[in-house]
Amino acid sequence: MINIKVLGPGCTNCVNLERLCREVVAENSIDAVIEKVTDYREIMSYGIMSTPGLVVNGKVIHTGKLPNKSTLAHWLQNI
Amino acid sequence: MILNRKYYYLWLLLVPAWLFFYLSLQSLTDLIIFGLIKLPKDSHLTNSISFFLFEVPKVLLLLILIVFVVGIIRSYFSPERTRKMLGDKKLFMGNVLGSMLGIVTPFCSCSAIPLFLGFVEAGVPLGVTFSFLIAAPMINEVAVVLLFGLFGWKTALIYMSSGLFIAMFSGFVIGKLKLERFVEDWVYQVKAGNSVIMEEDKITFAKRISYGVDEVKEIVGKVWIYVVLGIAVGAGIHGYVPENFMVGLMGKGVWWSVPAAVLIGIPMYSNSAGIIPIVQALLEKGAALGTVLAFMMSVIGLSLPETIILKKVLKLPLIFTFVGVVGVGIIIVGYLFNFIF
Repeated sequence: MINIKVLGPGCTNCVNLERLCREVVAENSIDAVIEKVTDYREIMSYGIMSTPGLVVNGKVIHTGKLPNKSTLAHWLQNI
Repeated sequence: MILNRKYYYLWLLLVPAWLFFYLSLQSLTDLIIFGLIKLPKDSHLTNSISFFLFEVPKVLLLLILIVFVVGIIRSYFSPERTRKMLGDKKLFMGNVLGSMLGIVTPFCSCSAIPLFLGFVEAGVPLGVTFSFLIAAPMINEVAVVLLFGLFGWKTALIYMSSGLFIAMFSGFVIGKLKLERFVEDWVYQVKAGNSVIMEEDKITFAKRISYGVDEVKEIVGKVWIYVVLGIAVGAGIHGYVPENFMVGLMGKGVWWSVPAAVLIGIPMYSNSAGIIPIVQALLEKGAALGTVLAFMMSVIGLSLPETIILKKVLKLPLIFTFVGVVGVGIIIVGYLFNFIF
């Protein structure tokens, strides 16, 4: 079971990233919990400065941009 | 994956194709106008259509090239690296550097707060942080390319240099005023985790190209419609609305037009492409250049949604100072250019 956190206050890209994660997880039947983190203090605790941030099992994988779907699937399947 | 990346070099092959199209635009337009649809020479409609057919691909081509190049440049400047560069800078030099980094660091207004927190945490002076935050949205490649393509290099250069000036000046003033106490208290307690610096140096060049291509897809995909609209406005109203329609309201002789344009522009928000059709219409109809640029800057650089976001980290006196100082800077620039031109 992997733990996915989407870091972002609620801008378009952050919402899209969460949606994309849910799609990828559902389509590839990945066993995962997806969490949206909107609190700035918590976002900052991961040391990122541009949103959206993608954290998988406590590790920052990606920040600042929306990855494309196949890249995201590649990351989530190879944890 | 590796093969996949190599293939990005193929995008560079498009550069000669780009050059060919750009250089032959005028003859292609003539071919379509007079060869294919056989419009009469020198009629008003022909002029409008040929202006439109020439300008739209021209500006879009410029936009694609510049966004691509800027995208590659941006891949060298992550916010994390910018923060490191600004961490030990004093006022003035810090303001100069902060404003310039504001142009090249990838930035979207939704990241303004994490960025602000990250800067404060790393000890970047408040004034320097503001220089960055003012320059980042106001001066961007889209605004500069559109001004260059539609109004010439002088207008683009004026916009860019005065935007830089405003960012440096406002950041410097805010730094001098020592307003640190008006930053929300919790900001100083934020403990940022070890930042995961993407190792910019180790990114392959193919990866940077792919970053540039992504930027083109994202940005040009979003703004092309405004380019088309802006040029359509230029082609359409030409001759239909009296040439000096705006002179009485926004012409050089109207002294209050600059502050009025800024006051109207501050609460408004638009991206730099969306404002272009309006700028086009105003300039075409006799509004003064300084007044129009002041309006454009206040719409892009200052906005109600942005100040509401900043309210999370700044107390009201600092927000008002920020809007006030930047507003005054824009007004000075507006008067200056109305005076010069």
